[in-house]
Amino acid sequence: MADELSIRNLHVQVEGKEILKGLDLIVRHGEVHAIMGPNGSGKSTLANTLAGHPKYVVTDGEILYKGESVLAWKPDERARRGIFLAFQYPMAIPGVTVANFLRTALNARRKAVGSNGAAKAVSIPEFRKLMLQRMEMLKLDPTFAARYLNDGFSGGEKKRVEILQMAVLNPEMAILDETDSGLDIDALRIVSEGVNALRGPQLGVLLITHYQRILNYIKPDFVHVLVNGKFAISGGPELALQLEEKGYDWLKEISPEEMGTGK
Amino acid sequence: MAEFDKSSFDIGASGSLYKEKYGFYDPEKYVFKAKKGLNREIVEEISWMKNEPEWMRKFRMRALEIFFKKPLPQWGGNLNDIDFDDIYYFLRATDKAERSWEEVPKDIKNTFDRLGIPEAEKKFLAGVGAQYESEVVYHNIQESLRKQGVIFLSMDQGLAEHPDLVKKYFGTIIPAADNKFAALNSAVWSGGSFIYVPPGIHVDMPLQAYFRINAKNMGQFERTLIIADEGSYVHYVEGCTAPIYTSDSLHSAVVEIIVQKGARVRYTTIQNWSTNVYNLVTKRALAQEDATMEWVDCNLGSKLTMKYPSIYMMGKGAHGEILSVAFAGKGQHQDAGGKVVHGAPYTTSTVSSKSISKDGGRTSYRGLLKVYPGAEGVKSNVRCDALLLDEASRSDTYPYIEVDEDNVTIGHEASVSKIGEEQLFYLMSRGLTEAEASTMIVSGFIEPIVKELPMEFAVEMNRLIQLQMEGSVG
Ligand SMILES: Nc1ncnc2c1ncn2[C@@H]1O[C@H](COP(=O)(O)OP(=O)(O)OP(=O)(O)O)[C@@H](O)[C@H]1O
Ligand SMILES: [Mg+2]
Repeated sequence: MADELSIRNLHVQVEGKEILKGLDLIVRHGEVHAIMGPNGSGKSTLANTLAGHPKYVVTDGEILYKGESVLAWKPDERARRGIFLAFQYPMAIPGVTVANFLRTALNARRKAVGSNGAAKAVSIPEFRKLMLQRMEMLKLDPTFAARYLNDGFSGGEKKRVEILQMAVLNPEMAILDETDSGLDIDALRIVSEGVNALRGPQLGVLLITHYQRILNYIKPDFVHVLVNGKFAISGGPELALQLEEKGYDWLKEISPEEMGTGK
Repeated sequence: MAEFDKSSFDIGASGSLYKEKYGFYDPEKYVFKAKKGLNREIVEEISWMKNEPEWMRKFRMRALEIFFKKPLPQWGGNLNDIDFDDIYYFLRATDKAERSWEEVPKDIKNTFDRLGIPEAEKKFLAGVGAQYESEVVYHNIQESLRKQGVIFLSMDQGLAEHPDLVKKYFGTIIPAADNKFAALNSAVWSGGSFIYVPPGIHVDMPLQAYFRINAKNMGQFERTLIIADEGSYVHYVEGCTAPIYTSDSLHSAVVEIIVQKGARVRYTTIQNWSTNVYNLVTKRALAQEDATMEWVDCNLGSKLTMKYPSIYMMGKGAHGEILSVAFAGKGQHQDAGGKVVHGAPYTTSTVSSKSISKDGGRTSYRGLLKVYPGAEGVKSNVRCDALLLDEASRSDTYPYIEVDEDNVTIGHEASVSKIGEEQLFYLMSRGLTEAEASTMIVSGFIEPIVKELPMEFAVEMNRLIQLQMEGSVG
């Protein structure tokens, strides 16, 4: 079965310091995996590593996507092949409109998909229709299309626009890094509904969060807890509830033999 | 300040696509060809060939003396390698300026075709003044403009047909003695545009002129004079592209603009000289009471550009705006900026400059903000932002501020930034290649100014930026 993300014994260094210390995880299409864990435990490091950030150096282990190693692929190649990262802290790109950026990105993605005989470059009217429909879904005011990407956006607006990008680019493996932080209660529901609308047999989701709240909307199939660069425990949705109640301290005492991995 | 390194400059730097599109030239087929070098005889001959009035001949001769006397500027960029004896000072491609497109000679037409001029005209041009070599060969003013009393001619024609109007204003805003290159232009000028807009007339569509240099080692010295009478409006657009040559070329233009009471003039330039051209241009506007002058200036290409469009606000309530973009690649130096001079109360100005340096290119912002005593209530805001694309590139800021009045509001901000790794990663994580991502960041950086350009030019500008960025990454 090759339609999956497979992480094996992943060790990652940032600026010479080991952050991830041997992770194993398999995410299949159709599944939602939640990753929780204390601040600084390495969640964003995992997300950035999967997306191919040049600062995050894989020193050991392997990341396979549909059976192929992604390690030699640059971030843009990973993206064109369907890996998407919704950033914890999205960057502002002044002077580049959301619409212009999205259309360029969509065309890059389509060209890659198109080499397998599927869609070609998107026409402007077709793109507008798609974008406006997705904006509507996320209750984003259409004026955002003409605004400069993340430039002066509020924290919540940035997160919404990350999911807008996901909704337009239609990835096959989405990593959502704390998309829920910064969202107000209504926005959380709207964004969650957006993600749910995109869920399906063609999409795998890695959802990084600190809070049970978003998991009420986006029901995970698995929950993994990352502590100090390793998965301390894995389980079903009930694990998140347990964490909400007990915090992370009890996990730090779990022996290595009891550590679970994603299946 | 003059240690500009030109040892490694590469005329092919703008990429093969550019060469394919612009690196062509027509056989040098000229009716008249002056000899290289500059002396009294050449200037006499230019004036005689053009059948000019005596006052213009004298103006030229006086200017030539000034040119010889003035030393070469030793600030800004390195001008010491210009060989003034190795330049043609006057060439003309056809005997006389033409009125209609049909009459334009075929090889000249081919050149313009490849630059897309007829296309542009079809779309929205009110008139086209296309400069081929030293002389304007094609001018076409639509009937509506003529009915409004708007004059849009080549400078040579303007002088012939409206000698009094020309005499009244020519050389009054930029006297020959202003600087060495203004003197040079005054002595040997040829071509350029002459525009007069009568009181209250709004010219709805931009007037355009295209310039190019197309003879080895030739200088191009066009001269433009625009007079916007009271309450009128005109937008003049000049676009320049140049074919690629191996030896140094000199472009030294003078542009004088008079904006009368309550009038508004916008002057937009996109120039992309080949990377061996010295581009030394003097542009100045006089803004009277409640008048508005706007310079939108985009500088790409050239070996060295020294250009500081200025606005003298001499009437109460006048407003000036200077928006500029400069892009310096390998072996290039863009020394650009602007001058805003507040000579009357309640005058306001905005200067916004964006510069990009890559592959060791160098940009400098050089600006003057001057407020004369008694010019109370002046407001001025100057902002210059530089973007460096690599460690080898360089950017400097030389802001000169002279304020002799207390009751003024003045802001000055400058920033230098680099393309951030995180921005690149963000865009690449959406599928853009590194080159596409950098180009997008650069386009975004200059967008606030590009959006001020007419649509066609904005598209062209973004395309030029793309060409400049090609091959710069990796
Ligand atoms: N680019 C970087 N440069 C230096 N250190 C880094 C970098 N990225 C991550 N780190 C370090 O790696 C460790 C893990 O950080 P990471 O961002 O992965 O944590 P996290 O689990 O996402 O935390 P949070 O819940 O606060 O978002 C931290 O100690 C952090 O300081
Ligand atoms: Mg994080």
